[in-house]
Amino acid sequence: MAKILMKGNEAIALAAIKGGVDAFFGYPITPQNEIPEYLSKHMLAHQKVFLQAESEVAAINMVYGAASTGARVMTSSSSPGIALKQEGISYMAGAQLPAVIVSVMRGGPGLGGIQPSQADYYQATRGGGNGDYHLIVFAPETIQETVDIMKQSFDIADCYRNPVLVLVDGLIGQMMESIDLDREVPKRTIPEKTYAVTGTDNHVGRNIINSLYLDPVELERHNILLKEKYDRIKQAETRYELIGMDDAEYVIVAYGTMARIVRSALETLKQNQIKVGLIRPITLWPYPQEAFDQIPKTCKGILCAEMSMGQMLDDVLISVNGRFPVGFFGRSGGMVPDPEEVVQSIMSFTERVVK
Amino acid sequence: MEIKYQKTKGLTDKPLTYCPGCIHGIIHKLVAESLEELGVLGRTVGVASVGCSVFSYEFFNCDMIQAPHGRACAEATGIKRVRPDNIVFTYQGDGDLASIGIAETIHAANRGENITVIFINNAIYGMTGGQMAPTTLIGQKTTTSPDGRDRVHHGNPIKISEMFQNIDGVAYLERVTAVDPKHVLKAKKAIKKAFQYQIEGRGFSMVEVVSSCPVNWGMTPIKAMEWIKSDMLPVYPLGLFRDRGENNG
Repeated sequence: MAKILMKGNEAIALAAIKGGVDAFFGYPITPQNEIPEYLSKHMLAHQKVFLQAESEVAAINMVYGAASTGARVMTSSSSPGIALKQEGISYMAGAQLPAVIVSVMRGGPGLGGIQPSQADYYQATRGGGNGDYHLIVFAPETIQETVDIMKQSFDIADCYRNPVLVLVDGLIGQMMESIDLDREVPKRTIPEKTYAVTGTDNHVGRNIINSLYLDPVELERHNILLKEKYDRIKQAETRYELIGMDDAEYVIVAYGTMARIVRSALETLKQNQIKVGLIRPITLWPYPQEAFDQIPKTCKGILCAEMSMGQMLDDVLISVNGRFPVGFFGRSGGMVPDPEEVVQSIMSFTERVVK
Repeated sequence: MEIKYQKTKGLTDKPLTYCPGCIHGIIHKLVAESLEELGVLGRTVGVASVGCSVFSYEFFNCDMIQAPHGRACAEATGIKRVRPDNIVFTYQGDGDLASIGIAETIHAANRGENITVIFINNAIYGMTGGQMAPTTLIGQKTTTSPDGRDRVHHGNPIKISEMFQNIDGVAYLERVTAVDPKHVLKAKKAIKKAFQYQIEGRGFSMVEVVSSCPVNWGMTPIKAMEWIKSDMLPVYPLGLFRDRGENNG
């Protein structure tokens, strides 16, 4: 199909329909409102469910209920709204239910602001919900990549019976880009949903969706099973992109919108005869630690760049594991840096490393 | 030999874990019998809540899901919206429904979600050991109102059926109790009617059951039944609060 110009949030909504979403439950919050608005217009036409809930808390619990029947269910929100959804997210991880959650990040903490931010890295990768669990977290950098991931996300959630979080920021949600909605994405074989609560007329025995295990022996066994699943996800789903790593003297690590800005900065740095590479994590959990094993020996230092005060920095430090000096560049509160700021930050980083 | 009475197929063989003298067991039986008699057990999905009835998913002999505290009506909404042919019910106590889950319950009622809510009101948090509930009576001593509930400090007992009777999405709402066989039969009739309304697609149906907690009230089971009659029913009078009947509007 020919490319069309589309706003990020609307493209996310349309890609969800193409990805096979059965039901959407959500609550308004800026800057993601075009997702529910678009779906409210188009879901009924596709014989699918759209319902505006009374709160983010209710929305995620409607997702939990609908997902327990085996339906492909989705919600979307932004930072403070995702905070409210953590309870239901933890329950779904515990009860092993698939769902797709889109988080369009804005500045925080608290009510924060509505401009683009990456300050919810911890929220996405470290939970916020209780217990030993992980979400599969994708952090695309363009609308095209977001669309491609959205189309696969329901399959991935179903394959692992685990919630998938698609993490973008207000910039990706609000801008328009040219996209191909019908670009091929890998298809997966989905295991039969034998867990679904559809009534005992429809399956053998009784199905129960539950995350309660009062016996600590049973709960630990459950957690070990979840851990084994997370290990499988790490093996199979870790995604990243490496750019300009050959002979790189410095390597920047950035994801999402920040990675786009760094791409532009790389051009200027190239003209300035400084060899800088980029590690772009596409999954934030599982975090692509193996990408850091591919940093060349020519490297003198690593710069982590984020639109936050330094959150992914933790994972960079863990992945680098003392092998290289690590610096940080960040803007926060909805301030989007221009490429020149990244160039300046790497220049001053090189001076510090040399000293 | 003719079988005159046997255990309903709506309950599993798992022994109930409720305290001696608690009437959860009776209400479980009434719900289970209703589902069996209406012939919908095989297409029912129940939603267990958090509280004493948290393990109700082990007792009701149908598909079940266990909801976070207070959210049962949101889970029920999610299930019913994607599978309208299933019969969906929640089983919630007063801490779950009237305190932490009041928003989810009011909005499910207001949307006229075609689900059935069984609401057990025993004026206390049982599972956690007898703390004050929003339904606790004035003067009633609990572990978090040791001098008795005080109107000025704690506010008043919340009257759910009185609140919900004015919500347009509610098709059927009745408050019952189970203190003696006469009232148990009335409660059964109400619960069955609530499910019947759901089968007919009339909208939100709820039955509030004024219930007991002998252990946390510090009473014998018999004294607890007497206390329901003497102290609870004047605050929570029994009766039909809303019945949209044939009028589906």
